[in-house]
Amino acid sequence: MEIRKEYFADERQDDLHEIGQSRPRSDLPGHVTGKTNYFADRTFPGLTHLKMVRSPHHHANIRSIDTSEAEKHPGVIRVLTAKDVPHNVYTILILIQVGPEDETVLADRKVSWKGQAVVAVVATSERAAQEAAAKVRIDYEVLPAVFDMLEALKPDAPEVNEHHPGNYYHYDSGDHRKVRFGDIDAGFAMADHILEQTYHSSPIEQAPAETTGCIVTPDGNDRFTCYTNTQAMFFTLDNTSIILQMPGHKLHMVGGTVGGGFGGKVDVIVEPIAILAAKLTNRPVSFIYSREEEMQISSPRAAETIILRDGVMNDGRLVARKVTGYTDAGAFSRHSPYGAQKGAAHYPGPYTVPNVWIDTYCVYTNRTPSSAMRGFGVTIADFALEVQMDKLARLIGMDPLEFRFINAYRDGDIKAHRQPTEGAALIECMQEASRVANWPVAEKYMAMSSRGREA
Amino acid sequence: MARVPVQFTLNGEERAEFIESGTTLLHALRDTMGDTSPKGGCQQGTCGACSVIVDGELRLSCLTLAQTCEGAAIETTAGLAAGGVLHPLQRAIMDGFAAQCGFCTPGMIMAAKALLDHTPNPTREDVIEAISGNVCRCTGYEPIIAAVLAAARSNSQNAG
Repeated sequence: MEIRKEYFADERQDDLHEIGQSRPRSDLPGHVTGKTNYFADRTFPGLTHLKMVRSPHHHANIRSIDTSEAEKHPGVIRVLTAKDVPHNVYTILILIQVGPEDETVLADRKVSWKGQAVVAVVATSERAAQEAAAKVRIDYEVLPAVFDMLEALKPDAPEVNEHHPGNYYHYDSGDHRKVRFGDIDAGFAMADHILEQTYHSSPIEQAPAETTGCIVTPDGNDRFTCYTNTQAMFFTLDNTSIILQMPGHKLHMVGGTVGGGFGGKVDVIVEPIAILAAKLTNRPVSFIYSREEEMQISSPRAAETIILRDGVMNDGRLVARKVTGYTDAGAFSRHSPYGAQKGAAHYPGPYTVPNVWIDTYCVYTNRTPSSAMRGFGVTIADFALEVQMDKLARLIGMDPLEFRFINAYRDGDIKAHRQPTEGAALIECMQEASRVANWPVAEKYMAMSSRGREA
Repeated sequence: MARVPVQFTLNGEERAEFIESGTTLLHALRDTMGDTSPKGGCQQGTCGACSVIVDGELRLSCLTLAQTCEGAAIETTAGLAAGGVLHPLQRAIMDGFAAQCGFCTPGMIMAAKALLDHTPNPTREDVIEAISGNVCRCTGYEPIIAAVLAAARSNSQNAG
C-alpha cells in the first residue's frame, strides 16, 4: 500500500503506526484450519428440523389449510400455523417507528408473493420434515398479481398489501420522499441542453456461501438460546421479542462468524419461528435455508426505476437535475422504505447542482420482498447517475472526466437536502485516477481542490 | 431407516461409525464424525464448500454417499495442520489475506491441495482450473490464486 501525501498534506501525520502496515487478521487461523465455528457447526442431542410450506402463487387468498396428513407423517413432532404465532404481523423497522406492521410470520388469510411462508413443519429429520411439508393441503383462490412498479401505482391495480393502500409507502411527506432545492423550472429554462433518460435495474441476490439459518435450544427455564448467522443481532432480538411476546431476557441470541451476508442476513426471518417451534416442542430446532430458498426466498436488492432529467450548459455546468426514483419493495416493507428515503438524500450524487427536484417512491408489488444489500438505496442510483454523466458529457462534446471536475462538490457547498458538504475528496480521487489510468485532463483541473473554489 | 456400518480413515485416523443408509459423506463427517470443516453451502454439488480428498482425488462430499467410501483414505482441512504445523497453503492464505468470511476456505484449500499433490509447480491457469468449482462470494479469487501459487513456490523451495 502506498500513501500519497501530496493530497491533504496538512492532515497527514508521519507517525502513523497502523495505516500502511500489514497486520494478521485475527480470524484467519480459524478459517484455514476449519476450526472457525459457524452456527450450523453445532450439533445437539435430539435436534429437530423445521421446513417451511410456501405459497406457490404470487397473489392468492387462503381458503383453508389442512395439516392433518402432515401431522400423521412419521417423525413429525409439530405443525405450526399462523394461530400459533402470538404477534403474527410485524415489520422490522417498527423498532425505529417505521411502520405500519405489514408482514405475516405465517400467512393466514392471504399470500402476496410466491414463496411466502404459510405452514412450518418440525420433524426428527430433514427428510421427514420435507416429506410432511409436501402433505400440507392449502386451498388458494388465486388473485391477479402485479409485478411492475408503474402498473402497481395505477388506481385499478391489484392491492398487494392491505396495509399500504395505493401500493406505495405512505411517508409523513405523502406518497413519496421529496427534496426541493433552488428553482428547477428556471434551471431547465436556462439550460443549453436537456437530457431525460430512464434507468432500470433488476433485483440482485446477495448469494452468500452460507445460507440463512439458526439453531435454537430450549434452556429448560423458559429461556431459549438461538445460534444465528444474522447480521442484525439487535433487530433480531427485539423483533423476536415482539413477535413471540416474550421479554428480551428470555432470548439468548448468540452470533458469531457469518459465512457471507452482504445485507442478505439483515431481515428477521428464521429466528422467531424457530424459537417458537423450540418453545412448543421443547426440543432443539434447526431452521436452515436450502440453497434454493436462499436464492428465491431471501430478500434481494430492490429493483429500481430511475428517471433522470438534466439541464446542462455548453460550458459543462449542470444547472438542473430532476430525479424520479421508484424502489420495488416487493410485497412487504422490510428495509425498502428506508432504502427509498436514502436514495432521496443521495441524489444528485457527488455533484453540486443549483436547481434540484427529487421524488422517490417505495412501491409494493407481488415480487419477493426486497431489503438490504451493500449500499442499497444509493448503489443503483450511482449506476444511473454516472451513466447519465457520461451521456451528458458526450452530448456537449466534453471529456467525461473533465465534465465531472466542473461539477464535483466541494467542502462548504450546500447539498440539495441542505447539509453542508464536509470532507469532500472527489476531486483528489479523480486527479489520482487521471494519473493512474493515464487519462490526462487539462492542467486547471489538476490544480483544483475540494477545500475551496478557484478565484 | 436402516443404519449401516462405515469404516474409513479420516485424516490418518481409523474411524468406524454407524450411519443411516444413504447418508452423504458431508453429513457423515459433520454430524457423526465431528469434523465440521467441510461446509454445506448448496448440498447440490455447485459451490465446492464441502470439498474433501478421497483416496487422493478431490470430491464433493455433499454428492458422495458415505457408504461408497468404505476403506478409503479421506482428507479434510481439519487434518491439514497435523502436529500444529500449518500446511504451506494455510500459511499462504493467511499471509495473502486470501479469505474473508472463511466459509469457502476449507473447501478451497482441499481443491488447492489436490492440485499441488498432483502438480507441484502449477501455472496460474492450472490454479484457476483447480478452484473453478469452488465459489467464493467475498470476491477473493485473485488473492486465492496468488496464495496457491505462493504455496507451490514455498513447497518447491522446501523440497529443494
